[in-house]
Amino acid sequence: MSDLRELYQEVILDHTKHPRNFGMLESATHRAQGHNPLCGDQLALFVEVAGDRLRDLRFAGRGCAISTASASLLTEAVKGRTTAEAHALFERFHAAVTAPSDAPVDTAPLGKLAALAGVREFPMRVKCASLAWHTLEAALAGKSEPVSTE
Amino acid sequence: MSALDLEAVRKQFPILARRVHGKPLVFLDSAASSQKPAAVIEATVDYYGRLHANVHRGVHTLSEEATAAYEAARRKVAEFIHAPSEREVVFVRGTTEGINLVSQGFARPRLEPGDEVLVTTLEHHSNIVPWQIVCEQTGARLVVAPIDARGDVIVEEFARLLSPRTRIAAFAHVSNVLGTVLPVAELAALARRAGAAVVIDGAQGVPHMPVDVQALGADFYAFSGHKMYAPTGIGVLWGRAELLEATAPWQGGGSMIRSVTFEKTEFAHAPERFEAGTPDIAGAIGLGAAIDWLGALGLDAVHAHESDLVAYARARLGEIAGVRLIGSPREQVGVISFLVGDVHAHDVGTILDGEGIAVRAGHHCAQPLMDFYDVPATSRASFAVHNGRDDVDRLCAGVRRVLEIFA
Repeated sequence: MSDLRELYQEVILDHTKHPRNFGMLESATHRAQGHNPLCGDQLALFVEVAGDRLRDLRFAGRGCAISTASASLLTEAVKGRTTAEAHALFERFHAAVTAPSDAPVDTAPLGKLAALAGVREFPMRVKCASLAWHTLEAALAGKSEPVSTE
Repeated sequence: MSALDLEAVRKQFPILARRVHGKPLVFLDSAASSQKPAAVIEATVDYYGRLHANVHRGVHTLSEEATAAYEAARRKVAEFIHAPSEREVVFVRGTTEGINLVSQGFARPRLEPGDEVLVTTLEHHSNIVPWQIVCEQTGARLVVAPIDARGDVIVEEFARLLSPRTRIAAFAHVSNVLGTVLPVAELAALARRAGAAVVIDGAQGVPHMPVDVQALGADFYAFSGHKMYAPTGIGVLWGRAELLEATAPWQGGGSMIRSVTFEKTEFAHAPERFEAGTPDIAGAIGLGAAIDWLGALGLDAVHAHESDLVAYARARLGEIAGVRLIGSPREQVGVISFLVGDVHAHDVGTILDGEGIAVRAGHHCAQPLMDFYDVPATSRASFAVHNGRDDVDRLCAGVRRVLEIFA
């Protein structure tokens, strides 16, 4: 295994201890719940969409360091972007965290999200990193059923 | 009582030679599924290599030998749990299947609207969900006896909640999360006095201590082989003969009949009545080997060894600032649950794995108990005969590393 510090990088520890955009969002036009039954992680994502842009986002809930940091980083990464851009970023992110550990991955377009690329060494934890993103997709698609990783 | 020769015991587990992430494996997840000693592995290999054939069917030599080995395993189980007869020993897939057999075959035809099934807060999902299903089917009500903050069932509350409507009282022998040893004999006596049938989830009991189903006063006792050094896929439901005879078959097929016509089928007696189809013959033989192996070590010695480990782990983990132990039962065996600061159990599990230490992280299939302690998940170390104080020391070093990373 690569060093655990690869997984628990400073960026991730920082976002886990001090999550950004945490709490309810009164102005939310879209919202969804995410649930990882394996670890009991619960996540609620609130999104305010104006036109085709994600004007504001917040999240609430409790989870492991990876899922909390991922949700926090997500809110920063997609705020102000168009829904199409957010979707494209999710695809790039998903490809990076699910790539085989010996395959080269270009993390440059991911910005700070690159800190999560280390989870590909830990297959059991990929779901933790992806939960917030699946929840965002569900919120934007207007799904009322909670998203489950199982 | 002879003490365990730990080094000799360890040599009997081939898997302990493995290194995980470059470090010697410390396996502290036996409550999920224990590792297998060579004697058990060899017994299953020997069966497949030397005497495999289907049981209870052929007149040829291999079938007779396989049947003899399969039935010998049943006798070993009966002796192991002090059942009065091996005819009361039903082979099933595991504890879960055993409890489902009782809930569907015994309870369902008897439960009427308004009847009650009493369980406790600390049950594993496998001793909650089958009862919820049968309550839904029959209009009966699930009643939950509370525990206190230590993780002990409150006996007075249990007694108070028993009523003339209580048909079933189902509870664990040992909690899979807290390690609480329930006062089974006391609870069973109360329940039987109230007219309820007593169903014990023995999954975490049999690996750690001598079990006498008659002394416990149980009506049914279910356990899994794979948590007591036997293969996966085999388990036991023991039931008192008259109750098994009054239990409806729940799967039809070969082996479980006396005669079949298209008009009517007569069912075999227990245990065959509940063993439709070809059973897990290799699993049963492996279970027999595990019982022999445990018997040679001595269940009293095993219990003493593992009690020492739990006490040592409580002391050593408890002295680490930031660690919170979950529960402090009056009598505890086999497992210990804890929290590390406010670090999520899955992060704890991942970091410990990096140190070669296997623990369970999560809700342990006991979500109502997690709710009781208001935690989403815990880390759980569970012990087997091959664990020693050195394993606990490695665990504590790993926990310190978690705290360091999340400092």
